[in-house]
Amino acid sequence: MKTVSLDPRISRISDLPDQDETIIVERQEGWITYEVFHQKKTGTQHTHVGIVHAPNPEMAIVFAKESFGRRGATSNIWVVKSEDVTALDYTDSDIFDTTAEKTYRDASFYKTRDKIDQLKESEGHE
Amino acid sequence: MSNPEQYSAIKELLYKMADDQLIIGHRNSEWTGIGPVLEEDIAFGSMAQDKVGHAYNFYQLLHEMGEADPDTIAFQRDEKDFKCSHLVELPIGEFDFTLVRHFLFDHAEYIRFEILASSSFEPLANLAKKYKGEIKYHIFHANTWIKQLMNGSEESKARIQSSFNELLATSFSIFEPGPFEDLLIQENIFGGEKALETKWFETINTIASDNGIKLPEVSDRTIAYGGRKGYHTEFLKPMLLEMTEVLRSEPGAEW
Repeated sequence: MKTVSLDPRISRISDLPDQDETIIVERQEGWITYEVFHQKKTGTQHTHVGIVHAPNPEMAIVFAKESFGRRGATSNIWVVKSEDVTALDYTDSDIFDTTAEKTYRDASFYKTRDKIDQLKESEGHE
Repeated sequence: MSNPEQYSAIKELLYKMADDQLIIGHRNSEWTGIGPVLEEDIAFGSMAQDKVGHAYNFYQLLHEMGEADPDTIAFQRDEKDFKCSHLVELPIGEFDFTLVRHFLFDHAEYIRFEILASSSFEPLANLAKKYKGEIKYHIFHANTWIKQLMNGSEESKARIQSSFNELLATSFSIFEPGPFEDLLIQENIFGGEKALETKWFETINTIASDNGIKLPEVSDRTIAYGGRKGYHTEFLKPMLLEMTEVLRSEPGAEW
């Protein structure tokens, strides 16, 4: 006996296309990929959190809000077309290699951190 | 609250609002896992949860006014005790149908909350203010989709137009007046269904014409009345049975 489910997730399985049918998706036929940047608090930096697919920036914002802004504090969201991002090739990552004897260029010799910790301790903070 | 009639008027208002929210929230949640694209699946499911959350808070307010607890109100009433409008009961249909219903319902909801934000009944005004932002997103979502699909293909335009043709007359069921309209207006508790309907129609008519949608003539705006009195479409009962299926399988179980 075949029962008909009220649940569309089950009842629509029969609507799936034929297995033999090949679906060809042309480049850009689908939606555009947008990078999403999330800002927790006004004045702080927007942080990259992921991507959404959308037909235009307005829809990208609509989707980004629920995908990335529905949990925790959110002040603002940016969306930027992924293709507008310029990046280095990973084969060129060696330009970041630095040599060990140039540590004087790092900020690791400043003692401020210790002083802040000392001050906090003296005031009874953790 | 000073007198019993005022008390009854507020309860009547809260019940119909919360029942609309619960039922449309449940209906919209039926898209979970089968939304047209992943992002929309997430967004639509999340908004469905917002609706159930609103219903919960209004049921909680009713509970504080002496009614049963929210779970009992939501899951253990008979069909005839529900005061939801016919619009929210209809099955989800295809996505265009759901989207147009969401558009019609949420615009009414947004204006209703705007009016209620200055209600003389403070707990209600507070809830209206608290959830206005969520509903603002709901109409932003609805408007953006309508615009997108009305700028899309012949098929997407035709689908949106035909869903408006199908739904507009039923959507007036939201504004079926209750027995306490005059009192609610007089006591500044709520501006009344008539005022809400007028403002709502102006809003949706503007957005529709901006997007090339022709709203069908509705000769009788009362055609889908009845829900607020407990008379429902054939679709509510099976939905309630499904919604309470697990609960009924093990009455009194602890979760």
